Amino acid sequence: MVGITSYGAYVPLFRLDKKVIGGRGEKAIANFDEDNVTMAAAAVNDCLNGIDRKTVDGLYLATTTSPYKEHLGATTTAMATDLKQNAYTAEFANSLRASTAAFKAAIDGVKAGSVKNMVVAAADCRPATPGSALERNFGDGAAAILIGDENVAVTLEGSYSVYNEIYDVWRNENDTFVRFWEDRFAIEQGYLPSMYEAVSGLMKKFDYKPADFAKVVFYSPDARRGAQVAKSLGFEAAQVQDPLINVMGNTGTASALMLLVAALEEAKAGDLILLANYGNGADAFALKVTEQIEEVKNGNRLGMKGHLASKKITTDYLKYLRWRRIVPIDRIAGPNVSYSAVAAKRDYVKDISIHGSRCTTCGYVQYPPQRVCTKCHAKDQMEPYSFLGKKGKIVTYNMDYITPSIEGPVVTTEVDFEGGGRMQTYMTEADLDKITIDLAVEMTFRRYPLWETITLREGVYTYLWKSTPLRTDIMK
Amino acid sequence: MGSIKDKVAIVGMGCTKFGELWDKSIEDLVVDACYEAFEDAGIEPKDIQAAWYGSRESGLTGAHLSRALKTEYIPVTRVENFCCGGQDTLRNACYGVASGVYDIVLACGIEKTKDHNGGFGFFIQEPLDRSITEWDIPPASQFGQYGTRYFYHYRDYYKWSFEDYKRMLALIDVKNHDNGFLTTRAHLHRKITVEDVLKSPLIVWPYTLYDCCGMSDGCAAAIVTTPEIAKTMRKDYILVKAQALAAGAAQATLQAEFNFLYFPENAAAAKAAYEEAEITNPREEISIAELHDCFSTTELISYEDLQFSPRGKAPEDVLAGRFTLQGEQPVNTDGGLKCFGHPLSASGLRMTYEIYKQLQGKVDNPARQVKSPKLGLISNIGGNVGIHIAAVTIFGLPE
Repeated sequence: MVGITSYGAYVPLFRLDKKVIGGRGEKAIANFDEDNVTMAAAAVNDCLNGIDRKTVDGLYLATTTSPYKEHLGATTTAMATDLKQNAYTAEFANSLRASTAAFKAAIDGVKAGSVKNMVVAAADCRPATPGSALERNFGDGAAAILIGDENVAVTLEGSYSVYNEIYDVWRNENDTFVRFWEDRFAIEQGYLPSMYEAVSGLMKKFDYKPADFAKVVFYSPDARRGAQVAKSLGFEAAQVQDPLINVMGNTGTASALMLLVAALEEAKAGDLILLANYGNGADAFALKVTEQIEEVKNGNRLGMKGHLASKKITTDYLKYLRWRRIVPIDRIAGPNVSYSAVAAKRDYVKDISIHGSRCTTCGYVQYPPQRVCTKCHAKDQMEPYSFLGKKGKIVTYNMDYITPSIEGPVVTTEVDFEGGGRMQTYMTEADLDKITIDLAVEMTFRRYPLWETITLREGVYTYLWKSTPLRTDIMK
Repeated sequence: MGSIKDKVAIVGMGCTKFGELWDKSIEDLVVDACYEAFEDAGIEPKDIQAAWYGSRESGLTGAHLSRALKTEYIPVTRVENFCCGGQDTLRNACYGVASGVYDIVLACGIEKTKDHNGGFGFFIQEPLDRSITEWDIPPASQFGQYGTRYFYHYRDYYKWSFEDYKRMLALIDVKNHDNGFLTTRAHLHRKITVEDVLKSPLIVWPYTLYDCCGMSDGCAAAIVTTPEIAKTMRKDYILVKAQALAAGAAQATLQAEFNFLYFPENAAAAKAAYEEAEITNPREEISIAELHDCFSTTELISYEDLQFSPRGKAPEDVLAGRFTLQGEQPVNTDGGLKCFGHPLSASGLRMTYEIYKQLQGKVDNPARQVKSPKLGLISNIGGNVGIHIAAVTIFGLPE
């Protein structure tokens, strides 16, 4: 039996009140220090919380918004989620259907026996022209699904796909923003027929009736087309998973899997779920929920529910445009030094994998990893120590209003961790009214935009872990 | 003016392998070199009372050393003086002991040149010199201008062809490759021939590839103490006989009479060192030397600046094999900058390491151990035309 053994999600903390762009509801917006890779890593860590990372054989990342034409975000994601060195990494791209392509490839891989556990991440942060309908529609987010053959919570019963060569929604290598043809053509020649063919093809092939499904989870380009295609296929409105367009926005490649996670959070053993995704064609899947779902639901994760429930709403549209680098940012004066790909590579273990070291002579935990113990001075007696998922408390902090940043002030913290270890960090999403010593914090994987002009001279984005208030505290 | 002669001793040294050490951090190299020095001296890291840390672009403060070694709030000073950084680091450590303030100190020089795209900055790198605009000519040209002028001297006075000149220079390259081939920790291990040098690609006239030293990562360290303490630690400690440093004042680019046939900074440092060490005939008295062979002509001209060869006569000595391992005055017995490598602020201490081991008779490979050397010399020259920095240190065994 092969299928879903765990799931996770990530929705950025900030929501833009769509009133300020002429829409209804809210859309989730990635912070200035977030991108598809940081969101994917957050979703994977949510999915793998409590799971031994050594058991994960690989990671597929699906995204249309990689910051690179050549360089694998899947490897950054794998390091930031502490996957083993021989994990298989690959990226699925160029279509919103990339997420279900990766999902299917992972299931096929486990079925074929070449891997035992594969994690599939999907993340997007799609760029839309300011003031456009797409801008009101798009949101940012990520999902992660673990595929395995033991303790399976959701099995794949069957799948069916069609392709559709069409320019309805696209972005070429020189485009800053997503392009689209007029809506009626895009929907009538693209989304509706492809979804209809894939879903009806699946139901015919495996002899399903609409009433067999507890839930239909359709990627929907807007708030109503998913329901429209469901109705045309004979489903009741109550069966249709809300596409959350006015809650988090259309999250692109991540959307179908995020909606699936939302559906699974409400599912019970025996439920049949229909998942369908669109992008130059459509993929449809029949999924069956097992008893194991209760175990997964009881797991320690924020998932869709927790992430949606913890939010900060902003009406600052200019801030949003700055975060997305859509409006020019003042030249940020920084130290006029160079980036070193060599030094960066040596430091990925601390900067991306958030490893410190623990002295096997005296037991003291230290970050970053050391050769000589800061306490007992033993040389080369260290073992790796992961801070992944560890919570801490602020020892001291500072707010810097002078250092230019896209988002000020620049907050720095010294954090002491549960289980030992102290870390000097930047802080993100700090609530300036509530920041105080002893504040409980967790670590979040982010881009380093402070002096990114230095690394961008070489065309490189850099990442690091920042402290942030506990997301669960924001829900309170 | 006082003298450093016989006032300080080196009782321990360490040196990492040099090379493209992609996976070694500053911390790794500092720990590896310094712990070798601690073990060689038979001391604990906590015995160190003060330290000097040489780095051009591998850490801006002394804390890069203290953080790696976990010293407990002892003074650490960062030293930078271009290619003389390593030697100047040792010089500062020696003066710290000679002043009577410290009993036992550490000098450590490092460079991670391969962390930088292209080795090191084409122009003097910010933020070291942000407050002036100097359109420096490229690094190799800083030395090539001397090498070019020296060729014309031989063309005009001795009717040498350019090939004659290149063949003579190639002997220096071949010698350094022969020596480097015998040195475990050297960056480059490959024997070459004169023909290889002539056929190798042109880098900067008159240099082809094998006339140019390697850019490497590496670190070396020395433990310095007083001769009185040194006696209690080991028999074969090494005494510092002289330490000289000379900084140019742009004479070469400001004064029309300067002929580009020698490095005045080099000659001045040598003169000061010989006076301090009371050496009157360096050609006979200096047993072995590590000279600054960043390019073949720099080593060539250094033979004359250091008075190993009479002015204008270094090529004759090269042709006669004087500076080979089997010659009368072996130079760069470990392969020199050419093959051991040139991590700028580590080089002076790497050279010290070689002289230290040679004087002790403890060179890693007996095949390049020089028989009973008495006095060893190291020389560095770095920087730019006219404002070169030159350093010379002379070491000897206790009586």
